[in-house]
Amino acid sequence: MSKILKYAFIAFWTMFVLVPLSWALVTSFKTPAAVNQGATFIPWVEFDPTLDGWKDILGISGYANLLPNMFNSMIITFFASLISVTLGGLAAYGLSRFRYGWKYYSNSDIIFFFIAQRILPPVVLAIPFFLLLRTFNLLDTHLGLILVLTSGLMPIVVWLMVDFFNQIPKEIDEMAMLEGCNPFVAFRKTILPLSKPGIAISAIFCVIFGWNDLFFALVLTFTNVKTLPAAVVALNGTVTPFWTLAASAIFSVLPLIGFVFIVERYLSKGGFTGAVR
Amino acid sequence: MSLQLKNVGITQGKEMILEDISYDFEPGIIYVLMGRTSSGKTSLMRAIAGLIDLTDGEMFFNGVDFETVPTWRRDTAMVYQQFINYPNRTVLQNVAFPLQMAGMKRAEANEKALEIIKMVGLSDFVDRKPGELSGGQQQRVAIARALIRNANILLLDEPLMNLDYKLREQLREEFRDLFTTSQDSITLYATTEPSEALLIGDELLVLHEGRIIQHGKPAYVFEHPNSVTVAQIVNEPPMSILSARISNGTLSIGDYLKSSTPAHLAGVPDGEYQAGIRASELTIGVEGDMNEQGVVDLVEVSGSETFIYLNTPAGYTIVQEEGIHEHHVGDTLGVSILPERVFLFSLSGELIVAPGN
Repeated sequence: MSKILKYAFIAFWTMFVLVPLSWALVTSFKTPAAVNQGATFIPWVEFDPTLDGWKDILGISGYANLLPNMFNSMIITFFASLISVTLGGLAAYGLSRFRYGWKYYSNSDIIFFFIAQRILPPVVLAIPFFLLLRTFNLLDTHLGLILVLTSGLMPIVVWLMVDFFNQIPKEIDEMAMLEGCNPFVAFRKTILPLSKPGIAISAIFCVIFGWNDLFFALVLTFTNVKTLPAAVVALNGTVTPFWTLAASAIFSVLPLIGFVFIVERYLSKGGFTGAVR
Repeated sequence: MSLQLKNVGITQGKEMILEDISYDFEPGIIYVLMGRTSSGKTSLMRAIAGLIDLTDGEMFFNGVDFETVPTWRRDTAMVYQQFINYPNRTVLQNVAFPLQMAGMKRAEANEKALEIIKMVGLSDFVDRKPGELSGGQQQRVAIARALIRNANILLLDEPLMNLDYKLREQLREEFRDLFTTSQDSITLYATTEPSEALLIGDELLVLHEGRIIQHGKPAYVFEHPNSVTVAQIVNEPPMSILSARISNGTLSIGDYLKSSTPAHLAGVPDGEYQAGIRASELTIGVEGDMNEQGVVDLVEVSGSETFIYLNTPAGYTIVQEEGIHEHHVGDTLGVSILPERVFLFSLSGELIVAPGN
């Protein structure tokens, strides 16, 4: 009985997630007439598919071109995630393996300080970041937005990766050092390969949060560096038809879906089996 | 080659882990560190490996201050009581790893690794990962990794501890052969088991509360424990320590055990003492014997032996009987001893006479 309930819930949830997505996907290939016909889902049977919506967003029809925005989003997300995972991962390793602190403050407090940055609502940070970037002439630049996003993504990486490194027995590091590796080589040769699932999870979080950031993109970038979410929202505010909006929605999630499919293979369980008995 | 420890001490917070350890270790000898849990065996090994810092004293290797040498340059191999291996590498990759880190080319390292893997009996498992091996096989991988470099210092921290009884027996016999192949290494082997110390060790160091309280040839230490503490550590089950008195040529232990003073105690002046008796040298008496009466506190049957723990007026007594015997907690039993096998200690715990002396 519990198995039936479990599968029923999974089926319901899958539907809950997939129906809006598939509805948007189908709509992106519809003509205005097909959209007005009501709920039709099967192309070539219920409606004749067209690429008009896609032509609108890819600059073919001359209506809009989201490709430069996607390129901006890719650059910003890639570098913000790369910096966050690299520096955040190293910080997390340090916090997992060594003791820092002063008086009563210890590693757990430092980790809390990191994650506490996420408690602040972005709107509180908007003006300080705006003034900061203006001072350094980084408003409306890739670098400016990369730095701002990194400041928000790195705490997530530290928080996730500390817990992950804590699960890797410290004896592995010690063993590597006994076998001739200095601490950096020990990290690179033994801990890093074991950390792939943690890195993958952190990277997925960073890419999702970075890619979907709208608030800082709207506040800190204008015309030179408009990201995809900002461009899609701008389309929304105009008289853009449904099928084009649907195409832009699908277009903006496609890279994320592709990324998760690529990284998913590293999310293996039981990676430490046989490390220590 | 030599490793010298001079007044080595380690304190963590307010806790003293090691205190005033001084010893010279030479290659080609298997030193067995023996002591109860938390006696400092692991800490001493970790200090030698450079994994914890000394708070007192000095350590020299071939005259060089070892504290200035980082762990990765100490050329030390260690086998932990937990079987530490790299879970993402195969057996071959695990064993070849230390050689590759030392700069050897992969093909050459693999070739040498295969030799060692064969030596530890894992030739059929070279492509498996540690998670796919049994506990004993995982520990063999760890041992192979420790042996492959022919390191200057080989540290074995209770390597058989987490194995089942049969496997422990089997590996214990193989160890002596495996480790004598590393004649050039200074080998330290930590254990809590006396039988292991006797079988494997050339030299025995007994540790208690962070200090070396006796050292010497294992057989000598077993026969001449210099204190009650050593006597209890080097005997499994621990030696029974009972109240004794020598008076007018009579040895009395407890209320009922009386005999004329045995030859080895002949010169001992009259007075109060502690008598140490090994479990194997006590017997459950039959009716009519001069027995000390004791109430059974615990009965353990281990393989082909029965251990009976009794509360007697003379003290807590452990008797080892060959074969499986049925006794029940709360039963009253008589215990007899062989007076000529009694170790005599002063009331403060120092050895006065050992049997056979």
